[in-house]
Amino acid sequence: MLLASDVVVAQNVGFGIIAAVMVIFALRVVSSSNVVHAALSLVMVMAGAAALYVLLAAEFVAVTQVLVYIGAVMVLFLFGVMLTRAKLGKEGDLNNKNWGVGIPVAILLLGVMVYALGDGWGRTKIDATGGSVVSTTAISDLIFSPYILPFWGLSFVLLAAVIGAIVLARKD
Amino acid sequence: MLVNQFLMLGAVLFCIGVYGVLARKNAVMVLMSIELILNSVNINLLAFDRLNGSIDGNVFALFIIAVAAAEVGVGLAMVLLIYRNRKSIALDELSEMKG
Repeated sequence: MLLASDVVVAQNVGFGIIAAVMVIFALRVVSSSNVVHAALSLVMVMAGAAALYVLLAAEFVAVTQVLVYIGAVMVLFLFGVMLTRAKLGKEGDLNNKNWGVGIPVAILLLGVMVYALGDGWGRTKIDATGGSVVSTTAISDLIFSPYILPFWGLSFVLLAAVIGAIVLARKD
Repeated sequence: MLVNQFLMLGAVLFCIGVYGVLARKNAVMVLMSIELILNSVNINLLAFDRLNGSIDGNVFALFIIAVAAAEVGVGLAMVLLIYRNRKSIALDELSEMKG
């Protein structure tokens, strides 16, 4: 039974707006004929994802998303675009010759996933009003005690990536 | 809120990313599509986190963000190297290893 008190109108409206913005700009990322426009559309998708994380009460991940993705990764992408393409305007040949094959593959995949999710999760509700915001203290406790080994591994991956990127990209 | 709202949005973004990886020729655009896929996974992790009232998913999401940053760094360095050697980053022209 659907009670009026169960429907969290403000959160659902917010989710709808954010989801629509994310899907529209994600479609622009894969369909735009201008590389810089695609990169800026990706910024909107990332920002929408950060807003969704706030809606899911994961504020630390949201802030990290803004700092790392919108701040650092997008600057990297724009540098990549500028260093590999002198021309910043429209380009006609961004797609493969047989790019049309991707459409049925993506639609088939989406169909399978939507069926499986609808079958598996049905109308399971997230308790949107109860529960508290995930505290950064709890996350850091988790990272630095049970997940310390993956954390070390990740630090090593980042170090290797930094050194590898320098070695690959330097001129001589 | 239904958990399926978030899962379906994640599925849609994932499929858009897969289409981008398949259809794009420019290597930088393919890397952008991979970012879309990684973001959709993060949305799923945090939705399940909220559903179960745990916080392990937040840690996984942070790890994914860090690995994605490393991946973009190395990927763009490789793209830069390919561009320097060939003056082009069209992926369908990289066929020297074809037997």
